[in-house]
Amino acid sequence: MSYVPDNFKYVESHEWIEVLDNGNVRIGITEHAQNALGDIVFVELPEEDTYAIGDECGVVESVKTASDIYTPLTGTVVAVNDALEDAPELINENPYDDGWIFEMSIDDANELKDLMTAEEYRNSIEDEE
Amino acid sequence: MPFIPHTSDDIKTMLDAIGVEKIADLFDEIPKELLIEGLTHVPSQMNEMQVSRFIKDKSRVDHSLKCFAGGGAYEHHIPAAIWQLATRGEFYTAYTPYQAEVSQGSLQVIYEFQSMMAKLTGMEVSNASMYDGASALAEAALMAVRANRKSKSKVILVPRTVNPVYRQVLHNIVHNQNIKVVDVDFDSTTGTVTLDNLAQYNDQDITALVIPQPNHFGVFEDVDALTNWAHDKNTFAIAVVNPTSLALLKAPGQWGNDGVDICVGEGQPLGVPLSSGGPYFGFMTTRQKFIRNMPGRIVGQTTDLDDKPGYTLAFQAREQHIRRAKATSNICTNQGLMVTGATIYMALLGETGLKQVATACMQNCTYLKQKLQEAGIKVLFNSPNFHELVIQTEKKPQEIINDLAKVGIIAGVDLSGFYPELGNVMSICVTETKTQADMDDFVANIVSL
Repeated sequence: MSYVPDNFKYVESHEWIEVLDNGNVRIGITEHAQNALGDIVFVELPEEDTYAIGDECGVVESVKTASDIYTPLTGTVVAVNDALEDAPELINENPYDDGWIFEMSIDDANELKDLMTAEEYRNSIEDEE
Repeated sequence: MPFIPHTSDDIKTMLDAIGVEKIADLFDEIPKELLIEGLTHVPSQMNEMQVSRFIKDKSRVDHSLKCFAGGGAYEHHIPAAIWQLATRGEFYTAYTPYQAEVSQGSLQVIYEFQSMMAKLTGMEVSNASMYDGASALAEAALMAVRANRKSKSKVILVPRTVNPVYRQVLHNIVHNQNIKVVDVDFDSTTGTVTLDNLAQYNDQDITALVIPQPNHFGVFEDVDALTNWAHDKNTFAIAVVNPTSLALLKAPGQWGNDGVDICVGEGQPLGVPLSSGGPYFGFMTTRQKFIRNMPGRIVGQTTDLDDKPGYTLAFQAREQHIRRAKATSNICTNQGLMVTGATIYMALLGETGLKQVATACMQNCTYLKQKLQEAGIKVLFNSPNFHELVIQTEKKPQEIINDLAKVGIIAGVDLSGFYPELGNVMSICVTETKTQADMDDFVANIVSL
């Protein structure tokens, strides 16, 4: 079973969401997702722009496929993990930490309530693993 | 007999299974206005004998006339070895093979082709080819819209000195994708695009500027100034070039301060026969940093488990069989056979040979220009030419073309419909295939009309 940290939130498209102290959120893809993709060779990072829930904002490319990254919340991208440009493998090695992809300032904190808990996400990927 | 193995019962079973009444219903999502009712220009059927006679009559026209027509397809000498080799059974397919890695020889040819095109255009990467020069330009426009993240306008500036047929194809392919293709006028003295012609766009968000070299009038654009104009305002520079001319000219990768972003062109001059219009092939080269936005296939070199060199398809993750609707392009194949011919052509001629061909073209064109002017024929534009020039005549170009056809000469290409403001104009092309006697004869014939 892939590791799913308890203190993060999740969406069906396999992004994790960490609420930071300043109210912004940090977003990446789950260990389950990086496992399914295989060796990641390239990350197209989001632009610092405004997005709605479910917008495509970037691409994670592995040797097998290229998969879109979706914004799980409405808001503005305020930071991206530039380290991934030269070291996309950070997502494979450490998806919840060094492998973070972008940070957003969110428009409506209520949207956080609709995200999956770690328990719910674990159940949702159970069948796939 | 239909060449489909399904019986009516098979078809009915399949349609029932998915709950559809008839096959036509499967295409319901295509808007009615896009459907063509009947192909009036295509005869309904011919038998084998009629078809072979029809094709033979068509092919008889090839090589029977002395060709002074250019306009995008150019007659060059093709050494016999090229098609002797290219049509060997091992190469004889238009496709990148399925199970590509089994066909190491084919992949190596494509890899060598890419290396040669990258070198010739001064760019970092090349794809395995496109359908032709016009569709390559359209793909370059789509790619610029994807790759130029500093521009939001989706406006592509295209000088009217770009081949009008390319401009039509570009419009047809991109106009339904919210991309705006805008014509840019040219200077009537030089026959080129100047910064004055572009001045009205100085303060506008422009995604890409197309820069032809040589242009459709056969003259040289100020490519350095145009490339710098584009880059100064975060606009992509797309070069459309004649590959033969690059043996002498500065490579697009070196235009201006930083070189162009995308380079495309028609590959036919590199050893592909005119063949009444095709098949030809297009080429596309770009910068390493844009490789994920480039359409088409790319062959890479690698080493196998025994450390021996091997060839493999690279960057497939952006292709349609993996990315589906989000693929960079629907080009999943390429003009493999034409590319094989072109690769052998470039290898056989080498840098020196290609330079000799280009030099002979330019010398012949200079000679023809002088002879035409001496004979009192008006050659338009005061710019130097590569192997094509434009003349202005009293008679209608089509009449001149018809009259010279009677004495075995294809006189040129009628441009009057595309550039009505220039009056009766036609372009004339002369390559290394013509002798001075051929050109003297051409001038004498055109004067005698």
